Amino acid sequence: MTATTTSGHRSAGQIGRTEAGPRPLPPLATFLGAPVPDVVDATVSSGLRVLAVRRPTVPMVELRLRVPFADSDPAHTAQAELLSSAMLTGTHCRSRVELDNELATVGADLGVGVDPERLGVYGSALADGLPTMLDVLADVLTSAAYPPAEVDRERERLVERITVTRAQPRVIAREALQRRRYGDHPISREIPTGAEVEAVTQEQLRALHAGAVVPAGSTLVLVGDLDPEAVIGQVEQALQGWSADHPATELDQPPLVRGDDLLLVHRPGAVQSQLRLSAAAMPRSDERYPAFQLANMVLGGYFSSRLVENLREDKGYTYSAYSAVEFMRNSGSLLVEADTATDVTAAALWEMRYELGRLGLVPPTTDEVDSARRYAIGSLLISLDSQAGLAGTLSALTSAGLDVEWLRRHPERLAAVTTEEVAAVAAEFFAPTAFTGVVVADVDVTGERLRALGGVVGPESS
Amino acid sequence: MSTALTKAPTPELHRFTLPNGLRVLLAPDRASPVVGVAVHVDVGFRSEPVGRTGFAHLFEHLMFQGSESLEKLAHFRHVQGSGGTFNGSTHQDYTDYFEVLPTAALERALFLEADRLRAPRLTEENLRNQIDVVKEEIRLNVLNRPYGGFPWILLPPVLYDTFPNAHNGYGDFTDLEQASLEDAAAFFDTYYAPGNALVTVAGDFETDDALAMVDKHFGDIPARPTPIRPSFAEPPPPGERRHTEPDALAPLPALALGYRVADPTADLDSYLAQTLLASTLADGEASRLQQRLVHGDGIVTDISASCGLLGPLDARDPDTFTITAMHPPEVAADQVLTAIDEELGRLATDGPDAAELARHTARWSSAFYGEQDRLMHRMLALGSRELLYGRAELAAELPQRLAAVKPEQVAAAAAAAHEGGRAVLVIEPSADNKAEAQQ
Repeated sequence: MTATTTSGHRSAGQIGRTEAGPRPLPPLATFLGAPVPDVVDATVSSGLRVLAVRRPTVPMVELRLRVPFADSDPAHTAQAELLSSAMLTGTHCRSRVELDNELATVGADLGVGVDPERLGVYGSALADGLPTMLDVLADVLTSAAYPPAEVDRERERLVERITVTRAQPRVIAREALQRRRYGDHPISREIPTGAEVEAVTQEQLRALHAGAVVPAGSTLVLVGDLDPEAVIGQVEQALQGWSADHPATELDQPPLVRGDDLLLVHRPGAVQSQLRLSAAAMPRSDERYPAFQLANMVLGGYFSSRLVENLREDKGYTYSAYSAVEFMRNSGSLLVEADTATDVTAAALWEMRYELGRLGLVPPTTDEVDSARRYAIGSLLISLDSQAGLAGTLSALTSAGLDVEWLRRHPERLAAVTTEEVAAVAAEFFAPTAFTGVVVADVDVTGERLRALGGVVGPESS
Repeated sequence: MSTALTKAPTPELHRFTLPNGLRVLLAPDRASPVVGVAVHVDVGFRSEPVGRTGFAHLFEHLMFQGSESLEKLAHFRHVQGSGGTFNGSTHQDYTDYFEVLPTAALERALFLEADRLRAPRLTEENLRNQIDVVKEEIRLNVLNRPYGGFPWILLPPVLYDTFPNAHNGYGDFTDLEQASLEDAAAFFDTYYAPGNALVTVAGDFETDDALAMVDKHFGDIPARPTPIRPSFAEPPPPGERRHTEPDALAPLPALALGYRVADPTADLDSYLAQTLLASTLADGEASRLQQRLVHGDGIVTDISASCGLLGPLDARDPDTFTITAMHPPEVAADQVLTAIDEELGRLATDGPDAAELARHTARWSSAFYGEQDRLMHRMLALGSRELLYGRAELAAELPQRLAAVKPEQVAAAAAAAHEGGRAVLVIEPSADNKAEAQQ
């Protein structure tokens, strides 16, 4: 034992030193890649594409159904949102409670969600409850009834929930950012207003379900303790009543994000500000995407990145700073964000812009690229190591037009990226002038300093 | 469905204790392509000193700031540069540190954890930096959003009297700002002794290899006295205690009820009956409170119930059973309370029926399997249950133990809640009041 201070414990300095001194970092053992499991990929007669994977680690099955669900009518957002809230409230043969009871009996859950691009049905069940879950799913897809009393109640609840959601600073920032970067394109309409929801009728829901919840163009992913060949037939049989004479509707490609001033959004009394910057990225299918992925990671795509090391670990301006690619079907956008205390908002924006400029001017070093590459490959492996992780990844890739071969070969593509390729992508796509965005803040306190930096307009009142 | 309940995978577990007192739990699973390392330290925010609220969590941040062999930032870079992910978290009774990585990085992960458990680099500069970061974390999760800290920070002071159980585990800004290097040194020397910690290794490895590596890296940390863990027991409140909290950012009123739960160490079966009570009340469309309050009376927007303030089986005694609801302003809080009490009374008298209970048990089985399937969750559940209750095996046993709970035990849990003391926290939207003072 080292000496103790008079207070009975060692000092901080004593704690941080041992007699033996610093030790060398152990080397990594040989990296063993993990095989991506085989996927049975079939399209059944209704046009529904079914992906099935056997992964019997636990006696469960994960289910992901994605239905392209776009519509350019501004009234669609509210109808789609209420449809997703009311879809599981009754069919022609089961009530809301009966649906839930039947699912619970086999340890199953089903949920429905919607966004401007698609409707998703997500579920899991004990493995031997898969037939029950498919039976309930088929019932909902073919005969969801939208009972008037249930629709009335879900409409009230949705209006209340929207009120609560819109009080969240991150939602205020998200809505402002969507408008700023996509204008009136339907991709920007993520949350309807309460008044729009009030106007939705039961008839509209039934019509929307009949016209847009259709199998052709949709994808069902099943992963778990199952026989993948047999499960295709089971799905075909269970969902045979789900059909339509037209395919599901894909969203028109949103406009590419263009550089512009940041819009200030005033939020009186806010103790923290939201910085949200965005630029054009690329879809995963682009041949430069692996280089783009690594450039983004070096900037802010993981903890050991320039943004986190600067804004958080050096300056203490934020709890979390990051950058990420948001993928749409055939395109992508880059999002760079941080929440910072009101009094350091302008300073944090300055550092963010500095790091964007530096990524192109002082490009990622070989060490930075190698670290990002190992993380990209390792975290992919980790994310696929569960039924739910694999199901979610396959579902997302399929809707982007990619398949399991893309996944299998992605580590090789990452391994082949050169430092020069990362530098080229960094200079082209991450330049500060490529970005637009919003700052939600108490502009009475922060506005003067933000304007002094330039490149901001507004405010627009929240 | 009954077949699935009987084929719960039993994890292979090996336990060791190093001469310095460090406990080691190995859970090999050669089917997994990844490996995880977790260190659970037997200290949480209940143990932080008066005047130093939030210190256990602040100290967790400091443990990522470098150690004798690792400069600041090196820990993050080595984990992620090996293809791994990491995190840490602070709970009532424990603090965990963990990483999940490709198998090739196992020894590196053990080295990284051992280096900071032996000799963390505690500096004034890093302390000030992390106080700023933690304050941003609190602004993000509490101060700058509606319903911040609801109910985990706001409910305990209504239900409990003593500082360890009642205080804010995220910390007051004034306390955080006064935290000193001296505090950090004392906290580390007292609570981060090897005899007060558990290392869990899960995933793809050979048991002998992993044990040798654990011994190589952790074995020469000198033993230190292990602190005597105090009892945090205090009597439950005799009746109802009510507190109203204004929230300038909240658009709708909300309320939280807090009840005491059985000691999971001494009386696990009663605790599990309360876990099933929570499901019977509020899990799924067919649950009692959803049917009655959300759909029947239409008086709440959403309602939920949980056994355990931060989740089930996550703390020692005492812990809290919560019911939380959000409702429109036209509905009075008492109207919601009356309906909840009526449903509790009905359950206390009649109990759930056997089929109803079986459905909730089946959903719990699914949830436990889901936890088992992701290495990070499996490892953290093994480690925390081993540390808190000495029973890592609970992960595999819970589906069967829950299935054995009888309707009358759930009825008894409902009766205890219906008749016993409780806390009622009311969140009142106060948008007219100016937002809280700027921090």
